[in-house]
Amino acid sequence: MSTTEQVGTSVATYIDDRVGSNRFLGRSLKKVFPDHWSFMLGEIALYSFIIVLLTGVFLTLFYKPSMVEVVYDGSYVPLRGIMMTEAYASTLDISFDVRGGLLIRQMHHWAALLFIAAMAVHMFRVFFTGAFRKPREFNWLIGIALITLGLAAGFTGYSLPDDLLSGTGLQIARGIVQAIPIVGTWVAFLLFDGEFPGTEFISRIYGIHILLVPGLILALITVHLMMVWAQKHTQFPGPGRTNDNVVGYPLMPIYMAKAGGFFFIVFGVTALISGLVTINPIWIFGPYTPDQVSAGSQPDWYIGWLDGALRIFPNIETVLFGYTISWNIFIPSVIVPGIVFTAAALYPFIESWVTGDKRDHNLLDRPRNAPTRTAIGVMAITWYFLLFIGGGNDVIALTFDLSINWLIWFLRIAVFVLPPIAFVVTRRTCIALQRKDREKLLHGYESGRILRLPHGEFIEVHEPLNVKDRAVLESAIEAYRAPLPAPERVDANGVANKRYHLHNLRAKLSHWYYADDIVPPTRAEIEAGQAHVSHEAALEEPLHEHEELDYVNVPFHGGILHEKGAAMTNEEQLRERGGHL
Amino acid sequence: MSDLTTRDGAGTPDHGHDFTSEGQDDLARPLFRGPGGLPAADIPHRPRRSDIDPKAARRAERQVASLFILSMVMVVFFVVAYVAIDPYVNIYVPVFGEIGYQNFALGLTFGLGVFCIGAGAIQWAKKLMPDTEVVQERHSLRSTKHEDVEAAEQYERGKEESGFGQYRIIRRTLIAALALFPIPLIVMLRDLWSPKNGGFGPSPVVLLSQTAWVEGMPIVTDGTYVKIRPEDIPVGGLVSALPEDIERIQKEEHNLNARGKAAIILVRMEPDEIRAQQGEGWDFQGILAYSKICTHVGCPIALYEHRTHHLLCPCHQSTFDLADAGNVIFGPAARRMPQLPIGVDEEGFLVARAPFAEPVGPSFWERG
Repeated sequence: MSTTEQVGTSVATYIDDRVGSNRFLGRSLKKVFPDHWSFMLGEIALYSFIIVLLTGVFLTLFYKPSMVEVVYDGSYVPLRGIMMTEAYASTLDISFDVRGGLLIRQMHHWAALLFIAAMAVHMFRVFFTGAFRKPREFNWLIGIALITLGLAAGFTGYSLPDDLLSGTGLQIARGIVQAIPIVGTWVAFLLFDGEFPGTEFISRIYGIHILLVPGLILALITVHLMMVWAQKHTQFPGPGRTNDNVVGYPLMPIYMAKAGGFFFIVFGVTALISGLVTINPIWIFGPYTPDQVSAGSQPDWYIGWLDGALRIFPNIETVLFGYTISWNIFIPSVIVPGIVFTAAALYPFIESWVTGDKRDHNLLDRPRNAPTRTAIGVMAITWYFLLFIGGGNDVIALTFDLSINWLIWFLRIAVFVLPPIAFVVTRRTCIALQRKDREKLLHGYESGRILRLPHGEFIEVHEPLNVKDRAVLESAIEAYRAPLPAPERVDANGVANKRYHLHNLRAKLSHWYYADDIVPPTRAEIEAGQAHVSHEAALEEPLHEHEELDYVNVPFHGGILHEKGAAMTNEEQLRERGGHL
Repeated sequence: MSDLTTRDGAGTPDHGHDFTSEGQDDLARPLFRGPGGLPAADIPHRPRRSDIDPKAARRAERQVASLFILSMVMVVFFVVAYVAIDPYVNIYVPVFGEIGYQNFALGLTFGLGVFCIGAGAIQWAKKLMPDTEVVQERHSLRSTKHEDVEAAEQYERGKEESGFGQYRIIRRTLIAALALFPIPLIVMLRDLWSPKNGGFGPSPVVLLSQTAWVEGMPIVTDGTYVKIRPEDIPVGGLVSALPEDIERIQKEEHNLNARGKAAIILVRMEPDEIRAQQGEGWDFQGILAYSKICTHVGCPIALYEHRTHHLLCPCHQSTFDLADAGNVIFGPAARRMPQLPIGVDEEGFLVARAPFAEPVGPSFWERG
């Protein structure tokens, strides 16, 4: 034992005497995690959050959250002598007069964009593979909360520099708050300490941005990871992988090196991007003043869909008993996101109720084996992208020389028409893939080689599935469920079912959910099918020894034609001809 | 006593307790079940080059160490770049364009320095650490029957001993007290908006309905604050303007609130092009004054197409026809842009003839 190891051992003992850490350590170091590229998406989210925290701490050392007006005298010449808030002036100082300040500011911004993007894509992975199912519903809820908090962190951070672009964003936010019926006006006045823009808002959201929101995110991430730890990670179907085990690599040393290394990769790439690509050049936008705006104003990408909803919504406003209800603002900015996040949060519970599936799921679904879920996901993404396009409609119209009015009308209709089309196309595609899988399970791979049998029959030679593919395809058996049966109005004892209508609705939804799924073959059928394929492939076996001979393969494309009255097997034919055809 | 079952089928299934599943009854489970029900030993494992060729293993070792060395070199370069490069020099980088030289150098050296540590660690894991997958059994997190019963018993005991079920009045008053105690915390939020001079100031409705425009208020240009004569504005032109008092008000109030409401635009068209106005003769010789603040959510508007007299909001594309009383012709805004009646004073400068007749900017509940 080396000296270092001796020191390490005594430190471990010292700590263990006080907190009993060795018990945990022993179990944890051998903990197995399954390997898949898509499991790294959540890692990217985690790492980019850590980068945001680190760079954010640096920024707080220089940034001044104050709306007091000062005259800029920093080194960015075009703005010298101009009145601006201390918030904006200190952000300019970070960008021009603190060495490395711009790099850190840009890393903070890039990592924040990456954080939300990684969370979104991670959520797609979890959704499409059914990883949110029992026992992981709580983690799905935490994930939804994290995305919501991520948006809050992003928007407050976007507002802090107090440049013309961020102030415009705040003005819109204020307009949205003011449009909330009954309480909106007062809430807006309380938030901004009076009228817009006031002098307090920046310092108020600063506390929210650097303490409240990141504190909540950190707490929720901790719980999120502890649950992953306790429940063990889900895995994709594969050889040796079951619902009751985890197949992968141990934490020590493989994941220490891989996941630890990946943190440095994400950190390094963020730094490289921030060194090369300018993000949010606030010095170009100028200080905020409520009577100016620049054309082509765009929010950060994650707000784009909400801005899109606000842009394409028709101009409906009602005055009722002397009070104004701005449907044109309230619906797209409050009701729609409210519905979206609520629906996303409830989805695991809705699906489990509709399907009646209360089993534990540690093995992931292949998206094709849950066609309705996959279709719902694609439908939602399609809808999201249409709104996202709406958020950049002016830029798109300008770039592609389209009429903005035409584009808005297209989007107004498309948000209702395209998602259902996406739903149907996705669902049918999944079902077609299921059919193909069934085919493969029963008949193996198509080899593309045609063989004529001694009795004259032509067959296409199929090959048996390899171990990995077979295990993956067989996961369809577990995934398949028949729709719930229609409930009885009266049970066997003649007692009326009081919840008949609810149960009937559920049966109907379940039927809709599962209706067209392809019934996978049974294990016996697969066994028989694969045995048949193996047998068929064996017919071709005699040819294999001649495979290197050109004259066998070239003129007959992999098979030897049988001649009437000639020898029965291919081998015999060859022998009869002395090896020549 | 390894709890890991290797792919070779050696070892035993994991019966170790997870820290969360302490006390779990360890049912002896068959090792493989379900769709993946194939013996793990059947899965072919292809050895890597570095597994069989000692030379390849040596090469991998050198690669990993080189990456770590490169990282250290980058850190040195970073410090050099921090000290030696002039922060005010730009360089041209193909594809990325003109960027700060120091920012570029710091990003490159820091980024590569960090990246190389990660790349080295992953190369190490992929080439030199074992790549045979291992199997670990899962344990249900569900409590055992015994634990369920225990929990229920403990709860019952606590309920019994506290008398929570028995003392109805205590229970009800406690619930009521707990329901009321957050009220002070909410009440105290009231002074998030408080008039600084004490007492209650004007209501939000009054504030949102007033602007700095009063009868006879001279109109000045935005930015330079000079008074405007009608002949300063050509036909087809647009001028952003403010009330003359705005600088004084800003100095007094130490904020931009008045500016956010009072900003207007002046446009001039041929008098016979004006199809409608919000009031009879509110223009002056074809010069019209409209609020600059969008009636949708409050962005300032200045995208004006003088041939069609359309005003387009850059934020959400609401479009207003300034030749037709500022009415909405497209987009999400529901209300017309408020018009300010203007005229000239005795010296010939443009002035407001009256305040705005309706609140400017985004709508609010009490607006009516």
